[in-house]
Amino acid sequence: MIICIGSLLINGLNYGIDFKGGTIIQIEMHQTFKTDEIREITDTFDDSADITYAGEEQTQLMINTQESLNEEQIESLFSKFQEKYDLKGKDLLSSEKVSATIGDEFKTQSILASVIAVLLILVYITFRFEFLFGFSAVLALAHDLIAVLGAYSIFGVEVNSPFIAAMLTILGFSVNDTIVIFDRIRENRRKYKKSQLFELTNDSVNQTMGRSINTTLCVLLAIISLYLMGVQSIQDFILPLIIGFISGSYSTIFIASSFWYVVQEKRQAAKAH
Amino acid sequence: MRRLEMKKKVYKKKGTRSKSTVGFVLILAIIAFTSFVMINGLQVGIYEILPVKDNVNYGLDLTGGVYVVLEAKEAKGDPVTDEKINRAIAIIQERIDGLGVSEPIIARQGENRIRVSIPDMQDQKEALDVIGKTAQLEFVGPDGEVVLTGERVRESNAVYQTDETGARSAVVTLKFNEAGTEAFAEATAKYINQVIEIKLDGEVISAPQVQTKITGGEAVITGMANIEEAGNLATLIQAGALPVELEPVEVRTIGPTLGQDSLEKSIIGGAIGISLVFAFMLFYYRVPGFIADLALIVYVLLNFLVYSLIGVTITLPGVAGIILSIGMAVDANVIIFERIKEELRIGKSLGAAIDSGFKEAFSSIFDGNVTVVIAGLVLFALGSGTVKGFAVTLLIGTAISMFTALTVTRHLLKMFVNMQIVKNTKFYGA
Repeated sequence: MIICIGSLLINGLNYGIDFKGGTIIQIEMHQTFKTDEIREITDTFDDSADITYAGEEQTQLMINTQESLNEEQIESLFSKFQEKYDLKGKDLLSSEKVSATIGDEFKTQSILASVIAVLLILVYITFRFEFLFGFSAVLALAHDLIAVLGAYSIFGVEVNSPFIAAMLTILGFSVNDTIVIFDRIRENRRKYKKSQLFELTNDSVNQTMGRSINTTLCVLLAIISLYLMGVQSIQDFILPLIIGFISGSYSTIFIASSFWYVVQEKRQAAKAH
Repeated sequence: MRRLEMKKKVYKKKGTRSKSTVGFVLILAIIAFTSFVMINGLQVGIYEILPVKDNVNYGLDLTGGVYVVLEAKEAKGDPVTDEKINRAIAIIQERIDGLGVSEPIIARQGENRIRVSIPDMQDQKEALDVIGKTAQLEFVGPDGEVVLTGERVRESNAVYQTDETGARSAVVTLKFNEAGTEAFAEATAKYINQVIEIKLDGEVISAPQVQTKITGGEAVITGMANIEEAGNLATLIQAGALPVELEPVEVRTIGPTLGQDSLEKSIIGGAIGISLVFAFMLFYYRVPGFIADLALIVYVLLNFLVYSLIGVTITLPGVAGIILSIGMAVDANVIIFERIKEELRIGKSLGAAIDSGFKEAFSSIFDGNVTVVIAGLVLFALGSGTVKGFAVTLLIGTAISMFTALTVTRHLLKMFVNMQIVKNTKFYGA
């Protein structure tokens, strides 16, 4: 947890063009290549461009630049590669350009969306259970989000719009998990005396742990296969989901319920006086 | 007296058993048949049911194509109004129709943006030229006076013309309306033997010398590189100039191979993943697991049915969404089965345990899924095209999963129990 936060503060996140604006061009080179050769051509457009490999045999070239290139520039850039490496038109696999203003807007929108989602969930849980449950759930959630963001920061993976989709999904799912435990606590409350708070929490967690783990396992089975088979863009999307689900499971069992227990205990002690 | 009563009981059990067996086998058959039809399609006489993969809309990231977001620029003293944007959209629509692509999507985004998706088009530059150009056509005399603008053009076409030497070239023919014909006749009379420049958005595209006064109201623009260029220009002129300048702020081009490749790989990966989930359920939960697997198949079929009916656009994240929701659909079943396990442990009979299992599990399932739905709705409202695809499949998946877990699983399980093939509670998880 501390490592994640540290990394986020020091390294920050590797924002993709959806957030920063810029251009990404993906070209099938049909051969492996060295970064220096590529730079000969790309430096004329942007000498701070990022050059990376992609594709199964590392034969695909990804050029990532913060400049918003217009169509003519992209075409001329590609034709230089076409000449040098004897490529066909369809070897320009994809090109994406996002202007900086859109990037900023998207950033704001994403943060807004996440905050709204969390608030709505908090309201709903408070409505169905009670506020303390809601708050504990949100805490577990915060843990998950930081874990995922942290992993991204540590590994330097690019953050783009599918990443936001993943984050919101994890939000939904992690709370889902947490609710199952709280539902059990709520149900068991009738059966336990007030003094047996610890047993109540502990037993509830034990009872639901099987289900939590199984579900997470099933979901992971489904998406890990997808990750192993998938292309780059799918992998970028699935990776935060995988991390999020594992973290979600862990946070539900250990964080949400423990926190609730600790605070509830204090409350009851305070009431007794 | 007692003997008679016992006989009655036995009689009742037998009836339920065979009814359930028949029902169960029937449902298995329906599931198998529907799966087959969904994957392969079916032809009955003149009616044809297409396999699912031909029946859904695919997003741009899978078909390949061009996606552009255009922002209207405010000119001094010329504010961007609703009317202008709507007119711009209509003009762009006409232009894209001229390109001859299938099913483009043009929509307004926010106050001053227009979003355009053109599937199956690879040439980014051509696409932007056609849809983004203001396309203000002007006929300018040698003294700089604008004698005619594109508004006066009634019709514009691209044709091949053979000149005196026998060489064929592509040209754009223009037919003016009444006012235009008059103005053109005047201009050609006035500037005879001089050059009238034809400009598009301020750039000279043709500069013919006036030979005679033209009263027929027709003109030809030469100097086109090929028939495609001529065609595009004809379309631009025909559709008319955009009322406002548009700038592309977001441009994405996806080649077709990348999309297809991604789709194939994702489907394989997904199929493997789902098989693993099926195997796990069977192994861990035994009989209920088997029932859950059947319910999951029904779940997948229902999902695809909804996609075909609603016309959902499947994108690559959407495919991931489908696979994810299958994994999560398992969740509802798991909650129920864990409950049933507990009830069996307390000592309830099989039938009673199943009933209370379903009842108790309901509130958990409901509350949990609501939060996923909240996240999905927020995502849907926020997301761009591809992300929206994911939100949609996730939302549909969650709704259907609640339905199948509570109804389908329950009925199948009861039927199976009534079939009395496997009675030992160990097989149900005790």
